[in-house]
Amino acid sequence: MKKIIRILIAKPGLDGHDRGAKYVARALKDAGYEVIYTGIRQTPEAIVKTAIQEDVDFVGLSLLSGAHNELFPKVARLLREQQADDIIVLGGGVIPDADIPQLKASGIETIFTPGTPITDVIQFIEANRERVSR
Amino acid sequence: MIDLAEKVLKGDVRAIARAISWIENNRPEKENLIDALFPHCGNAQVWGITGPPGAGKSTLLDKIIEIERRKQKKVAVIAVDPSSPFSGGAILGDRLRMQSHATDEGVFIRSMASRGHLGGVAQATSDAIKVLDAAGFDLIAIETIGVGQTEIEVVGLSDIVLLVLVPGLGDEIQAMKAGVMEIGDIFIVNKKDRDGALKLRAEIEYVLGIQFADYPEKMKPIVMTAASMNEGIEELLTVTDDYFLKISMNRSLQDKRKTRLKSEIRQIFTQKVSAHVKQKYDFENRLDEWVDAVYKKKKRPYSLINEKINLFLRECNWL
Amino acid sequence: MPESKHIEDRRKSWESGIVKKVTDKNPERKKEFMTGSWIPVERVHLPSITTDTEYSEKLGFPGEYPFTRGVQPTMYRGRFWTMRQYAGFGTAEESNERYKFLMSQGQTGLSIAFDLPTQIGYDSDDPHSEGEVGKVGVAIDTLKDMEILFNGIPLDKVSTSMTINAPAAVLLAMYIAVAEKQGVSRQDINGTIQNDILKEYMARGTYIFPPKPSLRLITNIFEYCAKEVPKWNTISISGYHIREAGSTAVQEVAFTLADGIEYVKTAIKAGMDVDAFADRLSFFFNSHNDLLEEVAKFRAARRVWARIMKEKFHAKSPKSMMLRFHTQTGGSTLTAQQPDNNIVRVAIQTLAAVLGGTQSLHTNSRDEALGLPTEDAVRIALRTQQIVAYESGVTNSIDPLAGSYLVEDLTDKIESEVWKYIDKIEEFGGMVRAIENGFVQKEIQDAAYKYQREVESGERVIMGVNKFTVKQETPKEILTVDPELRNIQIRKIGEVRKTRNSEAVKSYLDELRNGAKHPEVNLMPLILDAVREYATLGEICNVLREEFGEYQESIVL
Repeated sequence: MKKIIRILIAKPGLDGHDRGAKYVARALKDAGYEVIYTGIRQTPEAIVKTAIQEDVDFVGLSLLSGAHNELFPKVARLLREQQADDIIVLGGGVIPDADIPQLKASGIETIFTPGTPITDVIQFIEANRERVSR
Repeated sequence: MIDLAEKVLKGDVRAIARAISWIENNRPEKENLIDALFPHCGNAQVWGITGPPGAGKSTLLDKIIEIERRKQKKVAVIAVDPSSPFSGGAILGDRLRMQSHATDEGVFIRSMASRGHLGGVAQATSDAIKVLDAAGFDLIAIETIGVGQTEIEVVGLSDIVLLVLVPGLGDEIQAMKAGVMEIGDIFIVNKKDRDGALKLRAEIEYVLGIQFADYPEKMKPIVMTAASMNEGIEELLTVTDDYFLKISMNRSLQDKRKTRLKSEIRQIFTQKVSAHVKQKYDFENRLDEWVDAVYKKKKRPYSLINEKINLFLRECNWL
Repeated sequence: MPESKHIEDRRKSWESGIVKKVTDKNPERKKEFMTGSWIPVERVHLPSITTDTEYSEKLGFPGEYPFTRGVQPTMYRGRFWTMRQYAGFGTAEESNERYKFLMSQGQTGLSIAFDLPTQIGYDSDDPHSEGEVGKVGVAIDTLKDMEILFNGIPLDKVSTSMTINAPAAVLLAMYIAVAEKQGVSRQDINGTIQNDILKEYMARGTYIFPPKPSLRLITNIFEYCAKEVPKWNTISISGYHIREAGSTAVQEVAFTLADGIEYVKTAIKAGMDVDAFADRLSFFFNSHNDLLEEVAKFRAARRVWARIMKEKFHAKSPKSMMLRFHTQTGGSTLTAQQPDNNIVRVAIQTLAAVLGGTQSLHTNSRDEALGLPTEDAVRIALRTQQIVAYESGVTNSIDPLAGSYLVEDLTDKIESEVWKYIDKIEEFGGMVRAIENGFVQKEIQDAAYKYQREVESGERVIMGVNKFTVKQETPKEILTVDPELRNIQIRKIGEVRKTRNSEAVKSYLDELRNGAKHPEVNLMPLILDAVREYATLGEICNVLREEFGEYQESIVL
């Protein structure tokens, strides 16, 4: 039997635009994943603790306010500090291309910008299935 | 593996979470893990919290956690939600209302999807409770929507069942019909500020009154709360404490736990025996062949199975 | 009606005759045609208003009940809508400069964007503010920032719109205090605060307190302004964000008006006379790409609101029945791909808003799907409005699409669907209950999900996203906010804390706390006292948090 992949969809920061996050959560459920959704206004600390307690395979961060340069790397750093950096972190939202290299360098595996079809996200998850099947 | 058990016993969060994943995924290693943890179980109180969707179960739990934490108790929550029958996926959002405790080291919250795999979610939950118990949590709360048989099985794993109802959902009477009333030990009328709260209380009293007409001393407590306004929670906890004391004193707690263990041992036994026999006959692969034979009336169902089982038993020298 | 029966018959023979002949050979592009919000549209629409009575009941004349054709008798023949670009970022100094630039370009009103910590009542030095200071708007911590923000802008000459909800009372108090310092009486200032908490719970997310105390604060503002700040629009009941969250056009109107009903009920319950505050209510809608549906939406909204005020709340003054609204073009329709295409989208949406009779308009900049708008992009956006106003000619006659068979049918259809929702929400016991129940959120999410699925499948075409895509060109210039900004704000708060009268601050905060405990007290004057002494936004909101508690979102996915 194929392992059921668990994904945390989280909104760090204060931004309330959750249309995208909710869409992704629902679409991933329909694709057969277990999605943990925690709502808006989560601190990086809370996201990391949640990811660990829920033993998720992926964390998807969504942010549209422009605070990604501060908050995304912090999530990645806190995961490392908890020796939980085997959890793969992805980001999405209004993120300028110019910011992507430094986000990747900070430990965010990939960034999905506006207009990305959900099939790309699913492909990414499936491409990493082996890695998370521990 | 032993390493994982050791870490769980030390309360390592990552290990606890991983152990529950092993259980959920039904990994073979889980058996040794549970056995290693088992001697350390039995210290936690296990509460089941159930009720219709929108009753405010998670909010209530959020407030309970707040108070229990002030008493330095470690609290764990297992929130069970249904998996989609179509995709097998799930959205698990119960912890949303408890996120204020997300960074508290003394609180562990885990969302579980019902999945519908081998043994069902009840067995997985039962093993997850053992992990949390062994890890030193004082209170383990299991939250489910009280609608179906699965959920009733799941809350049946607890020492106390809190049944949360609210006025105005239109579900309350149905809940009573569905027999959910039977599993509740303590009844909570949440959102007591709403119209209809007193009426709901009266209805519950009426139904329980009939049930316990001959044993008024067994009448179950009803508590009114407004969880979102933090009202009635302290009172609820006094009632649960009293209840817990009562069932420990009259040994019904011990009986309940023993009964639970009995059904668990029975289940493991049945499962193991069945697994061995199935393996022997390469059951999953030959099932179609057998069905075909029965379908074409070449074999009859009972004779076919008896024949196979007798063969197996003879080989074991049991016949 | 023998006449229209005649047309109906002719349509049938037309359909079965030459239409069928053509469609048999060349089928139409789609089986069913629908508006952007899934309202079915026929091959041709026919007249639906055929008598004078029907005309008067449904349309009337501009400035007359039920205001379908507009709230003013002369509309844009008198003067154009207010061109009001929403702006604000970084520090008060930077935003002040942007406002002066916009005014020099012909903008006629200010619209202040606050950053998220300000909108949620956190000071810049609060841990929650990490990463967010100055990002989506200007950071305001104390009256000091507000003084800088309006430096050199005479508050008796401009009208100012502030997108602020949960802490609206605090920002309004700061605005009054700045006016006082400029020597302008609060009787003379005019502008708008959004102050619409209900849509925050269902769509936008910048709530602080639970519904009950939030509604109290709103009513406090209504009462205070009715006496003290008579020219102020005390609320801007907003469908904009509901639509951004993915609702249909019908839901946008229905949920907004249902919010309106809840506010009116609350104020009446608090003892106010409906005509004492209803003319100060204003609305805020979105404008999307489906031009004719949008025009019909605005017209239907006016008609429904007029009926609600007259029939449900028995308002006497026609002003109480007028739905006056601001419009912003649809942010969620902008694409990060081929961003110049957004200029065209915004132009269509501008036309929709103007043909729909808006009182003021913000046009989005082409680069907003990428980040904060650059000055160049903002100028084009403003020019788009100006071209529609001065060059297109659509402003010469009022409600020029009235009488379009399709537009009238859509207006009727939207109206009837809106009433269905309003009735349903009343069955729940009002909007607060419908939100707590998750009903409204679920309706919006389902529409958003359906929309996105259509985009993913290609059924709904978005230029540059799922059709006619090109390899992404990276935009030349994007405005970014200095990450050091939070430290600058933190230093400023520190300086204010050092120089202010701490005794006075403490005693006013105590009075506020005491007032919060007593539901009959109007908190506005207490908040005004506190901001005058440079109490921070966070200090004030924290007092109220402690007394009122915090709202927790209700999610049904």
